[in-house]
Amino acid sequence: MTALLELAEVARHFPVRDALGRARGAVRAVDGVSLAVPPGSVLAIVGESGCGKSTLGRLALRLIEPDAGAIRFLGEDLRALSPRALRARRRDMQMIFQDPFASLDPRMTVEDAIAEPLRLHRIVPRGGERARVAELLERVGLRPEAARRWPHEFSGGQRQRIAIARALASGPKLVIGDEPVSALDVSVQAQVVNLLRDLIRDLGLTFVLISHDLGVVRHIADRVAVMYLGRIVEEGPAAEVFADPRHPYTRALLAAVPGMGAKAVPIEGDPPSPIAPPPGCRFHPRCPHAEALCRAEAPPLAGGAHAAACHLQSRLPPPPVLRGPDRGGERLRRLQSFFGAPAPQPETTGINA
Amino acid sequence: MSATTAVPLRGESPARRAVRRFLRHRLAVFGLLVILLFVLAAVAAPLLAPADPLATSWSAIRKAPSAAHWFGTDENGRDVLSRVLFGARASLLAGVVSVLVALLVGVPVGLLAGLAGGWTDTIVSRIADAMLSVPFLILAIALAAFLGPALENAMLAIAITASPVFVRLARGMAMEARATDWAEAARALGNPPWRLGLVHVLPNIVPPLLVQATLAIAEAIIAEASLSFLGLGQQPPAPSWGSMLNAAQRFLTGAPWLAIFPGLAIFLVVLAFNLVGDGLRDALDPRSDRG
Repeated sequence: MTALLELAEVARHFPVRDALGRARGAVRAVDGVSLAVPPGSVLAIVGESGCGKSTLGRLALRLIEPDAGAIRFLGEDLRALSPRALRARRRDMQMIFQDPFASLDPRMTVEDAIAEPLRLHRIVPRGGERARVAELLERVGLRPEAARRWPHEFSGGQRQRIAIARALASGPKLVIGDEPVSALDVSVQAQVVNLLRDLIRDLGLTFVLISHDLGVVRHIADRVAVMYLGRIVEEGPAAEVFADPRHPYTRALLAAVPGMGAKAVPIEGDPPSPIAPPPGCRFHPRCPHAEALCRAEAPPLAGGAHAAACHLQSRLPPPPVLRGPDRGGERLRRLQSFFGAPAPQPETTGINA
Repeated sequence: MSATTAVPLRGESPARRAVRRFLRHRLAVFGLLVILLFVLAAVAAPLLAPADPLATSWSAIRKAPSAAHWFGTDENGRDVLSRVLFGARASLLAGVVSVLVALLVGVPVGLLAGLAGGWTDTIVSRIADAMLSVPFLILAIALAAFLGPALENAMLAIAITASPVFVRLARGMAMEARATDWAEAARALGNPPWRLGLVHVLPNIVPPLLVQATLAIAEAIIAEASLSFLGLGQQPPAPSWGSMLNAAQRFLTGAPWLAIFPGLAIFLVVLAFNLVGDGLRDALDPRSDRG
């Protein structure tokens, strides 16, 4: 299977400077990440804040320049593209940002914002933008009249719908959503998640969901990659990762979600500084199972389709969340009842949300 | 807002909202009226002036205000009212033109420095800092003296002196804008750098530039008056408030109206521009986004 997006050993370090501007080490925000996203699939990247998942999303679109590694999109190395060729490529890869109050240009009408990608990539013949914008607005559950209004006149949920319409305008193959619902009111989150799920299904999108909210992830992701301190610690099919987490960090993360079952031991302490990550396995200072080997040697990501970066993955006790025979299924049902049917009606008034 | 609220066909644009908020600001509206009055006086000076501002009369030297000469006459028997009216031309022209030139020079340079960063920014910023380290009027006087005494040269000198403020402001705002989510979104959509600067960043930094420009006009009017006072601006016998004040200083006790009326004109215009600037600042304040 050829991947639509493929990252190979991608790294980005941000230099930390002292008051005089001298380099004093570097934040290793993303430190050697390899991932493959097959066409039509939804990959979720999850992890605590500060683990580098947002940086990874921006690196994948080359909105931030990587220090090392390769980014292949449609088989083409994005790092080898000229600025002009890269801009032309952006037609096929788009991003939805976290904060809909910040991601829309306050001096552009909704119509101008959504029509911008159409104009930039000359997708619609001149004069045809208006009809396409109306179509896109309806697709995301807003009235066409919204086109002539300004971002400040909309609520968070509506603004995020506008941002989604803008991201979809150029007909991208890949969309990266950086915490697309976490800035929204809880009451609106489910509606936008459902909208995203429907759009992904109907348009056959390849989607990378960056999120710390495992409930949202469980709802739309096919595969899950768990990130910790700039590295992937576990990656696999969503159902498997949720039902049978193989990395102690993933287990702790799942246990921290209310309603996901389990009275697992909470993770102790804060994540170590990404400026000076601990030697060996980066999770060892917080890991209840850590051994001498963990402190000395960094574990590789191993295990095939459901891989984990843990020396002890074959010897770990069964995940504490999996005590009953049907706990996985029960959790799944609980999540579905929370997010799924009956789907709230998309707001079409163009006013509330 | 509720779900039943009717959707207006056309929303309120940020510009229109700013106008509405400005009009609520009484002092600013007063300032705007004063400015309009002076603009009218300058434009219609030939129609409004009771006498030729250059016509001397040896029979009417330093006469106090009267029905014939509302503002009195000066040391050459010229009508002060007419000279104040015509003087508005030099002052307003100098204020507006020099600030426009300063904007035209300063904003593109600042925008470029703020968006490009690196060496471009370092060089531009150091030059602007160097110019700002010299007091405004001293630099303007030096430039005007170097260019030679004439109103056009005074305007150019003021424009050059005022431009680093706009370089710095535009640079700072552009750097701030570059770091916003909407700027990143614009890049993600495929905007080339020039389009990001002109279509996205520039419209977003217009409000603070507008406020600064209004306040700078007030400063430029004072600078023009000062240069004319020193003989570096408008050349006699053409009327200018600054040169009228210069001539008046010898007769301050005997004929105070020579100083009072041009001084009052400067005071009123500068006050008006400052009031309008403050009103604009409030009307365009992004922190009061609602209402």
